[in-house]
Amino acid sequence: MSRGDIDTPAKAVANPSRRRFLGTSAAAFGGLMVGFHIPFAGTAAAQGGTPPEINAWVVVKPDDTVVIRIARSEMGQGSLTGLAQLVAEELDCNWAKVTTEYPTPGQNLARNRAWGNFSTGGSRGIRESHDYVRKGGAAARMMLVQAAANEWQVPAAECRAANSVITHGPSNRSTTYGKVAEAAAKLTPPTDVALKDPKDWKIAGKRLARLDTVDKTTGAQIYGMDLKLPGMLNAAIKDCPVFGGKVRHFDAAQIQNRPGVKKVVQVGDSAVAVVADTWWHAKTALDALTIEWDEGPNAKASSAEVAQMLKAGLEANDAVVGNQNGDVRAALASAARRIDAVYSYPHQNHATMETMNATAKWTPERCEVWTPTQNGEAALAAASEAAELPASKCEVYKLHLGGGFGRRGAVHDWVRQAVAIAKEMPGTPIKLIWSREEDMTHGRYHPITQCKLSAGLDKNGNVTALHMRISGQSILAGVFPQNIKDGKDPVVFQGLNPPGPEASIGYGFPNLLVDHAMRNPPVPPGFWRGVNLNQNTIYLECFLDEIAHATKQDPLALRRKLMANHPKHLAVLNAAAERAGWGKPLKKGVYRGIAQTMGFGSYVAAVAEVSVSDDGVLKIHRIVAATDPGYALNPQQIEAQVEGSFVYGLSAALYGECTLKDGRIEQDNFSTYPVMKMDEMPAVETVIVPSGGFWGGVGEPTIAVAAPAVLNAVFAATGKRIRDLPLKNHSLKRA
Amino acid sequence: MARLNVNGAVREFEAEEDTPLLWVLREQLGLTGTKYGCGIAQCGACTVHIDGEPARSCVRPVSTVTAEQKIVTIEGLSKDGSHPVQKAWAALDVPQCGFCQSGMIMAVAALLKEKPNPTDADINQSITNICRCGTYNRVRAAIKVVAQGGNTRSAGLAIQHADGSTT
Repeated sequence: MSRGDIDTPAKAVANPSRRRFLGTSAAAFGGLMVGFHIPFAGTAAAQGGTPPEINAWVVVKPDDTVVIRIARSEMGQGSLTGLAQLVAEELDCNWAKVTTEYPTPGQNLARNRAWGNFSTGGSRGIRESHDYVRKGGAAARMMLVQAAANEWQVPAAECRAANSVITHGPSNRSTTYGKVAEAAAKLTPPTDVALKDPKDWKIAGKRLARLDTVDKTTGAQIYGMDLKLPGMLNAAIKDCPVFGGKVRHFDAAQIQNRPGVKKVVQVGDSAVAVVADTWWHAKTALDALTIEWDEGPNAKASSAEVAQMLKAGLEANDAVVGNQNGDVRAALASAARRIDAVYSYPHQNHATMETMNATAKWTPERCEVWTPTQNGEAALAAASEAAELPASKCEVYKLHLGGGFGRRGAVHDWVRQAVAIAKEMPGTPIKLIWSREEDMTHGRYHPITQCKLSAGLDKNGNVTALHMRISGQSILAGVFPQNIKDGKDPVVFQGLNPPGPEASIGYGFPNLLVDHAMRNPPVPPGFWRGVNLNQNTIYLECFLDEIAHATKQDPLALRRKLMANHPKHLAVLNAAAERAGWGKPLKKGVYRGIAQTMGFGSYVAAVAEVSVSDDGVLKIHRIVAATDPGYALNPQQIEAQVEGSFVYGLSAALYGECTLKDGRIEQDNFSTYPVMKMDEMPAVETVIVPSGGFWGGVGEPTIAVAAPAVLNAVFAATGKRIRDLPLKNHSLKRA
Repeated sequence: MARLNVNGAVREFEAEEDTPLLWVLREQLGLTGTKYGCGIAQCGACTVHIDGEPARSCVRPVSTVTAEQKIVTIEGLSKDGSHPVQKAWAALDVPQCGFCQSGMIMAVAALLKEKPNPTDADINQSITNICRCGTYNRVRAAIKVVAQGGNTRSAGLAIQHADGSTT
């Protein structure tokens, strides 16, 4: 671990709240912050000595403080607290004395990946590590108990552990974890580790407060952008505004004499950076620099052109199949009635509140990077590549994220840039911060797709066939092309997969075909919170609503008929419908819409209640959202994620759109890329219905039902079917 | 050398006149609790108080603030996180990523000073800060907790704190 190397700010960036008062008062009145003595105070190293590491997950200090190591990143979603709960539950430690720290990616590499996967995306923080982190906690408890038993020379089976205290009943002796930790650390780890029955949980499953809140209320929390290192300089960057373009020419002398400017550097073949004493100096100098671009092959690319390409894909023959049963074409041909519709979903920017940033220090021997990242290991790989040094000579220190939403996970373009700039000034730490404009126009955008849906109905209005042809962008083709097999990007079909544990369609259709014609526009795609579940759920759930209205069936009743063989989907849909009072009268002018889906391991459904004024103003009054994540690790944080999912999903539905003109993204700040604010936020009632036996994520799935529930309610209110988003492009005025 | 009165102390610094107050606070004075989010007064992450009024410091040239005017940043709202708004925020676990929350808290503290018991309409009008994580409903609940004298149980969140209390 990082113990002993006090000169690096590697550790404990996930500040345990118990250090808060010390840190806060110092930050408020200590004036100029030099180095990082404030946010990183109180670590093991700073206190001297080496508290015993019981195993990779658990360190116990003599004062019974338990340090739980967290491999996944905290970006607001609460995984830091949830993962600590899982370890602490099995450890049977005193929750009031739990703190956390991040192991570094370099340490993970050096220790044969003792902490497993660092990737924090796809709502996998908890669902993919619950087993081994709980075992880590349980194994540590067994070793602590064994150490006490050894000291007392009694069988370990006669000892009990609770709340960081070990007792031996027969001899009426007790000790604490802190007292036996050193002896425990020397024991051989157990090989047979049993986990508790969830019904016996005392820490997991509870509505516990987060461990990282207080510093976020005082300004003491250090985010990547806030880092300050001795001797550090600041950098601003401008990448070619046209995707695929290059730098043709610039004259550094033009700005060399501006205040604070240290260096003007070209970064790769497409960007220019200015290094200065302050970021403001760097940014304003860069703004004053004339850069000539070679705009390359996409110089004339436009949204209209992209839409045309996608439209052609709706009828193309080069589609790959994601899910099928029966014979859709025959069933459609012989159907008593046929309904068709085309939907589309635009590019979106993640728009994290904290723009991309990284601090890098490079020498020919070593490269260090400090950055907010959703995947420390991927950041390390990017740093190593950009530094032209082996990973063993590089290190990444994860700093707290001011939002992630997928932008800070798969592609670490900003890390590569920071390292490239730092290479120009060996030994000097360089903090690169993107302006909001840079961040908006150089994202890794939510993929753009269109979908043509065709349903065949029998004379009673039963759906006998459904064909969903998706045309458009593949994330994998842009991010992990090696994962495309036989031309197929399986992620495209999220929420539409055959029955199974992940993103499976919730309906049974006698004849079904879901296929994809890949069409990749010159806009780099990325994983955007909710990923392809977002638009696929809109397509299917709004289209089912169309069928319900066209056949004069209740939208809930229609769904229930199709869900006979999908009991988990159905149970969550019913939970939302019941809490919302589906079918019961509403206040005059208020209308309901409903949607459900399954993804990231969880089942979700929502009912929205909206009204639309005569002049077309939409008001969302109430949302009821149900979630079955299998196990509910921290219900109050699940509620926070569900509420937040509506803000993210409805911001996208109402406003979110990045358009392309002359090869550039047109939206460059929140003035042109508006998002939902307090005044539009509906009341959200979260219904958690954990059915047990599986672990689902909660950070993303609900986003997907936000838009279709509201769009279906909008139709109920206005008779207007919105098939292409965002809603801001449509008038809801009464004719 | 220019001077500013920040969090009760006179601070000296050097910066061009048109430097936004935000960057003087962050880079010259080391007060990084105030955040850069957009640079065009859209998101509110940079909100500080100038003579008690909320101000978006990213568009405020530092030369337009006199040495006599009192600037308060998140670091100076209280010595120890004990301002009623901070306490309500902690009790209700309002922040998610937290990046917008300095500005959100400063905006709310200013609102509550002017209107100790704001209506929903007051809140909607005054709190226009952007939060991408989507904490708006807890922000609203926490504002109401403060307005009701700090009764954290009134929000009904039933959050269990490490010290044994429930809010």
